[in-house]
This record gives sequence, C-alpha cells and structure tokens, in this order.
Amino acid sequence: MTNTAQTMDHLDQLEARSVHIFREAYANFKSLCMLWSIGKDSTVLLWLARKAFYGHVPFPLVHIDTSFKIAEMIQYRDRLAAEWNLNLIYGQNVQALQEKRTFPDGAIDRIACCGALKTEALKKTLSGEWPRWKFNHAKKAYEIDKNSEPYTGVIVGARADEEGSRSKERYFSPRNQQSTWDVGDQPPEFWNQYKTDFAPGTHLRIHPLLDWTELNIWEYIERENIPTVSLYYDHGTGIRYRSLGCGPCTKPVESTSRNVQEIIAELKTGKFANIAERAGRAQDKDDGGGLETLRRDGYM
Amino acid sequence: MTTSTLPAPAPGLRPEDAMKERMNIVIGGHVDHGKSTVVGRLLADTGSLPEGKLEAVKALCERTAKPFEYAFLLDALKDEQAQGITIDAARVFFNTAKRHYIIIDAPGHIEFLKNMITGASRAEAALLVIDAKEGVQENSRRHGYMMSMLGIKQLAILVNKMDLVQYSQAHFNGIVKEYSAFLAQIGVHPACFIPAAGREGDNIAARSAAMPWYHGPTVLEALDQFHTERPALDKPFRMPVQDVYKFTAQGDDRRIVSGTIETGVVRVGDEVVFYPSGKKSRVKTIEAFNRPPQVEAFAGQAAGFTLAEQIYVSRGEIATIAGQDKPEVTTRIRVSLFWLGKSPLVKKRDYMLKVGTARVPCRLEEVHRVIDASNLNASEAKDRIDRHDVAECTFKLNRAAAFDLADELAATSRFVIVDDYEIRGGGIVREALSDRQSDIREKVMLRNFKWEPSIIPPERRAEKYSQKASLILITGARDADRKTLAKDLESRLFEDGRVVYFAGMANVVYGVDADIARKAENRQEHLRRLGEVSNMMLDAGAILIVTAQELSQDDLEVVKTAVDPDRIELIWVGDHVTTDVSYDMILGDQEAASEGVDRIKRLLQDKGILFRPW
Repeated sequence: MTNTAQTMDHLDQLEARSVHIFREAYANFKSLCMLWSIGKDSTVLLWLARKAFYGHVPFPLVHIDTSFKIAEMIQYRDRLAAEWNLNLIYGQNVQALQEKRTFPDGAIDRIACCGALKTEALKKTLSGEWPRWKFNHAKKAYEIDKNSEPYTGVIVGARADEEGSRSKERYFSPRNQQSTWDVGDQPPEFWNQYKTDFAPGTHLRIHPLLDWTELNIWEYIERENIPTVSLYYDHGTGIRYRSLGCGPCTKPVESTSRNVQEIIAELKTGKFANIAERAGRAQDKDDGGGLETLRRDGYM
Repeated sequence: MTTSTLPAPAPGLRPEDAMKERMNIVIGGHVDHGKSTVVGRLLADTGSLPEGKLEAVKALCERTAKPFEYAFLLDALKDEQAQGITIDAARVFFNTAKRHYIIIDAPGHIEFLKNMITGASRAEAALLVIDAKEGVQENSRRHGYMMSMLGIKQLAILVNKMDLVQYSQAHFNGIVKEYSAFLAQIGVHPACFIPAAGREGDNIAARSAAMPWYHGPTVLEALDQFHTERPALDKPFRMPVQDVYKFTAQGDDRRIVSGTIETGVVRVGDEVVFYPSGKKSRVKTIEAFNRPPQVEAFAGQAAGFTLAEQIYVSRGEIATIAGQDKPEVTTRIRVSLFWLGKSPLVKKRDYMLKVGTARVPCRLEEVHRVIDASNLNASEAKDRIDRHDVAECTFKLNRAAAFDLADELAATSRFVIVDDYEIRGGGIVREALSDRQSDIREKVMLRNFKWEPSIIPPERRAEKYSQKASLILITGARDADRKTLAKDLESRLFEDGRVVYFAGMANVVYGVDADIARKAENRQEHLRRLGEVSNMMLDAGAILIVTAQELSQDDLEVVKTAVDPDRIELIWVGDHVTTDVSYDMILGDQEAASEGVDRIKRLLQDKGILFRPW
C-alpha cells in the first residue's frame, strides 16, 4: 500500500475527498439518503460510503425501479442488500406502468418515458408522497416503509466528465421544492466548506463522485475488488454494456473485455479511449441537450 | 472475435500512470478576454476531446449559422451560449505526459465572482488571461487579488489575442510592465507571461511562428512547469473533527474520531489534544475500511482513530498533538474577507461562521478597512461591507472556536460566513484577539487537559437517565420570584423520575466561594466557580437548576466558557428584560407563577433534553 511512504496516488486523493464529502453530508442532514442505480458508479459510491463509515452505511439507499431494468441488476441489488446489511428502499411510478405510459409500448418518446419512470418517480419517492418499499432483512422481502418523511439530503453518483451539464455541478447542489436546478445561480463552495444550510421545503443533492472519471471508477473497482454486475463484461458474444440503464434504451457495445483489467486497458488505449460513455444511451440524443432538459427537471 | 484483437495492457504503463500527478488549474481574467477559447483550443490541440465532439459542435454552428468558436466546446449549456458568457466554473479533464489536469474555467463576468472563487479555491495554480488589445481591466486585477487571497501561489499570465495587435513585442512588454507592477503590490510573483492567440493556436500547445522574439514556455509547457503541492506533512498535526462514529450494528463497538487531516501526521500512541475544549487522550488505533492495519495517518487523508480514554469530543473541535504548536482559541478574530452577499455585511446582525468543522454564531464588531479589489484603494471609515468588497474586519464569536492564523497554517485559518442559508462570504483569520474570558478559558483548557475521564461515556448516562445533562439558569429582574419557580421545577422533574438538582446561589457563595469577598470585582470569579460546579454536576449526568439575579451577557459568557454552551438553557423571569442577556425563554411574572413549570418542561422536551426511555 502507498501510505507507508506517506504519499497518495490519484485514487487515494479521489477517495479522500469523496469520504470527506460523505462525512459532511452525514453530519449536516438528519434526513439523508443515497440513490443507488445498481450501475458501477453508484456502486463505487456505496463502497465509498462504507469507507467513510468503516463498513457501515448509516442511511437508506433509494433505488428507482423502472421495471425495465435488466433482471440481473435487481438480483445483484438484493444480494448486496443482504450481504452488506443495507437499508434498501425502492420507489416506482406504479400508475404510469399500469397505464403503459412507457417507451416503446405507449405512444410517448424516450424523454417522456424517462420523465415518468425516473424523474417523477424519484421526486415523489424522495418527497414521501408515493409509497416506499423497504427491504425487510428478517423476511428477505420488501414491505411498505412507514417512514414517509421527505429526504432533505440526497447523495447521487453523478460525475463531471459524463456530460456537459454535469460538469457545472457543485458537490452540494440545492434543489427547490419542485426539485429543479438553477444552474445560473449556484452557491459558492470554498475550500472544504459546502452549502449545508437549506431553507424549509428545499433539499440538496450531494455529489461525492464529481471529480471521478469513468477510468477512475474502473481503476478503483479493480483496486478495491468491488463486486459489479456481470453485464459489464463480455461472456463470449463479443458484446457488453458500458453503461447500464433500462433495457429498451441501453444498447450494449461491441467489445470483448471479459474483466475489469481488460476494461481498463480498453478505456486507456483501446477503441473507447475517445468515445463518450453515454454514447449508448438513446435518450441523450433525442433533443439538443436531452440530459440537460432532464436534469433541470430533477433527473439524476 | 477474441480478446487477442484488443491491444494488451502495456506492462509498466499502469504503475507509472497511477503515480501520475493530479493538478487543479483555474483560468481567470476579464470577461471576453478569451479564457474559454484558450481552454477549448488546449483540448482540441492535444487530442483531449471525446471523438466527434469537435465535429458535432462545428456542425451545430453550421446549422445555426454561427461562426465556430472554440469556446463552444466548453459552453455546453444552452443558455450559456445564448448569453455568450461562461456562467459557472466548468471542469474540464485534460492529460499531458506529466499530469492529470482538471481545468476550471472561471467566469469573468462580475455577477459570477462567487463561481470564480469556487473554482479558484480548488486550484493549485492559475492561468490569468489578459486581452492584448483591451489590456489590463478591472477583473484582471480583481482575479489576481482574489487568487492570492485564496492561497494560490503559482500563476502564469497569458496575454491573449496577440493576433489583434500584430504580434507586437512592444505591445506585449507594455502589458507585462503594467500588470507586474500591480501584482508586486500584493506580493504576487507570476511564473511567466506568455504572448498567445487562442483562436489561432499561437503558443497554446505549439510554439508560434508569428512571435519568434518570444523564448519562454508555451501554455502547455507552463502548466507542466508548475509544482504539485505536497501535503504538509512537516507542519503541526491538525484534523478538524467531522464526527465521532459509533455504529453498533453487527457488534461493532469502536468509537472512531473521524476527519480529514489538513496538516501533519498522527501515529498510534500519540497524545492528542482537542481544541477549543483542551481535552486530551491517546491514539489507540488508526481505523480504515478494506485496508491493512495502519500505524499512522497523514495530511490529505480522510482518517479516523480510536482513543485510549473515553473522553467526550464532538464535531467542531480540532485534533492536535500535545507538544506541537497549539491552535488559537478565542471569541474575537481579525480577518481578511471577501463578501458576495447581495445585502451588505452589517453590524448588529447574527451570522454563522464556519471554520474547520465548527459552526459558531458571530457578529461583525468592527470594519477596519475596505479594499476595492480592482484598484487596491483602501477606503477608511465604513461600517458595512458591500457585495464584492474585500475588507479587513473583526468578528465577535458567540463562543470560542479553534483555528490557526493565515501566515502560520493556511488551511485551518479559512472560514466562510453563512447568512440566510447561503455562504455569503469567506476569508482567512489574520489575528486572534483577546476577549474578557481569555484568563478563564486558559484555566478551563488546563482543567480539561488534566481531567480524569470516567469510564462511563456521557451517552451511556444520557441513555440510562433518559435526559441530556443540562444547566438551567433562571434569571430575571431583582424582584422576580425565581426561587419558587426553580424549586417547583426541581420537584416536578424529580417526581417524573429525572436526575435533577436545584443549587441555590448561597450554597455556592458561602461554600466554594468562602475565600473570596462578595464584591463586584469578584463577580467573574464567582461565576467561574459556579460554572465549574455546574460542569461537574453535568458530567455526572444531572440536570442542574441555578437561579441568579440579573445575569448579563458578559456573565453568561463566563459560564459558557466553563460549561458546554450547548448544554445551557437560560430562562428570563419578569415582565421586563433589564439586561442585555440573550435568553432561550421568557416568562412574565404572572406566567412564571401559573404555568412556568409546564412551559420550561415543554422547552426541555422540544430541545431533546428530556426524552422517553427507548
């Protein structure tokens, strides 16, 4: 390990800042939660929470279940929840699913589908207006959570290198009652001091991964030996997922990387070295700045 | 397809790459002087853009009939392009053979100064862009001044748009002379001045053929010549405590003092002292998750350790090592500060000061001078600090905080001011000023240093008694009936099963204070001793009720020095408040008699001092 020499490599530095942000969030927000999409970023985020709190995760993990997530993701979610003793909660837009207001079955486009199944479900789950299903460790089953308090601090795994609008984010980023983001008027952040005070009715998004790149994420997964969903790896068919989302809108990429080491090599020198990660996400392309439209409205 | 078609990971690349340095660079300067163009150009010329990005932006420009600008690469947001100015400090990732860079594109428009400071406070070095044609402008100076105040020591000046002045060396020299003179005034010495043209790519990544007279580094070379700041390992140990964790799940019984180490090194066995309390203990273990056992933690790490003795420390204190230089502890500080709030910083208004992990209410006591950052003129005799002013002033803190001075340990001298939920200003502590409680504080810190901690932690007592140990001070006008209320309260809480005690002033004055006369000049000492007696009762887990006539704010400050201010509730009894003391509750004479006990009990419940057993 590096620390006997009293030096920190870039992963040590990224980890230290993220842990610092986690601890600031935990100290300042009574009603705190963390979003877990099951993807590699938010799983690294979960691991960093365990770093910050010495193996524990002292707040609920919220998963927004669109019902279109690939089945293996849900199995993996429930397995880690049990193994790591996680307080796991999921929320869902039950009505939109019942009425089939989804893409491609319903007569709506990708952006509207994301808006209903992700953005709206997220807002209503965070505010407590819609039911939250909580994992009962004794029964190994989900049941309605009695707590419907709104969350005032929401930890999210956004990275600045993903897309233009995310590069404008703060580590502690305020959202108003409608969860909207005023990108033109953001609070200042000085040194290690963040916005941890908030007016009633507003909440903060907290971004411990803001400085991480896709490559850093994989390097850290390798170093720490963090379990990941096997969808990220090629199993002999010559394709794998680079970014995980809903089945209908996420396309696998052509790649033969079978493990973490091969993915790292591919990102550094292979064909993905200069191709944006979210290239496989169709909703980003449906309007000029699809993700930006979604984000202003409260999308992760 | 097989994996053999993929390039194999080059052996020897990985360790080298992992050791590659990281550096945050901020780029500042006056609006329209071409910062974003310079960064866009750097990305394009070094192949750091994602595939297709350049083409996509060019195609978009063509569709919308706009001439292509390199700045568009950064101004990814729609409304930014509409306004034509950079709104926020955009972060751009960038690699050279030497380092990983994060370039923070700070906006030049005055409205967005807070964003520039956000960017600059994360940076180790700065590039400052000056338009060769427009020359040195207000924000060229302002940004230079701010960067020095934020602690950025390495600066390169980029004289941009040299193409607009026919690449004239004389013109370049004129700007170098003017701006160097300004920087010298504030003690800043730039690494270099680079004549460049962002749009044309002159001296950005490649040497310019148009300026053969220039022999200094290109922008890219200048970046690689900056030094990476090493963590301050050789300085005194400072770790602002973020929290003390005790997670009991799965039988975990560790109690871990956690925080990010700003300076120095801590090792197992070190005697650590916490300020402002002065409490001490010894480091038993260094704790970390998914790491081999450690014997030390050092500057830059987000660390944690357990203690040999169970002392009560909490968020807001600074962990230090006994025998090394101590931090300052006081309630009055002289600072340099910049103000960003739309409303001015004024006297007689409560603000929240955040220094390290401490949050302390404060008030502006005095404005010494206000400096206009753009021209460095000092204007005397102002009693408020307006938006975008830089000033020297004194704050009075509501309770003592621990910090260092900017000239000694920069990291732990930094603070921000919060007003109405927002960070409105920030700065550095220049000087620790004495206050009326200085002598008493010295005694209290020594007492805490020598204190023999109980093996029963305070939270165990709180759990057992279903109450948070507290001091309830009942004060009021001379003729108010405080004593009846105090005794009724004691009796009520006792019958409720609480651990409570009423101490009449006479019990203290004729006992503990028997050696000092009951004279005005001894009032501080009487109060100090009352505080010490209270502190011991609170350490035993009790709720202590004390009555005293006409306590002033100064009197309360003395008690607060000896007793944790979070554990004091002050009740004023009487229709009129006759002193300047700040109280938690006021009861009129009638109310005190009829419903005083109920009201106080409700207050204690609301504040979580009395709670139900779980």
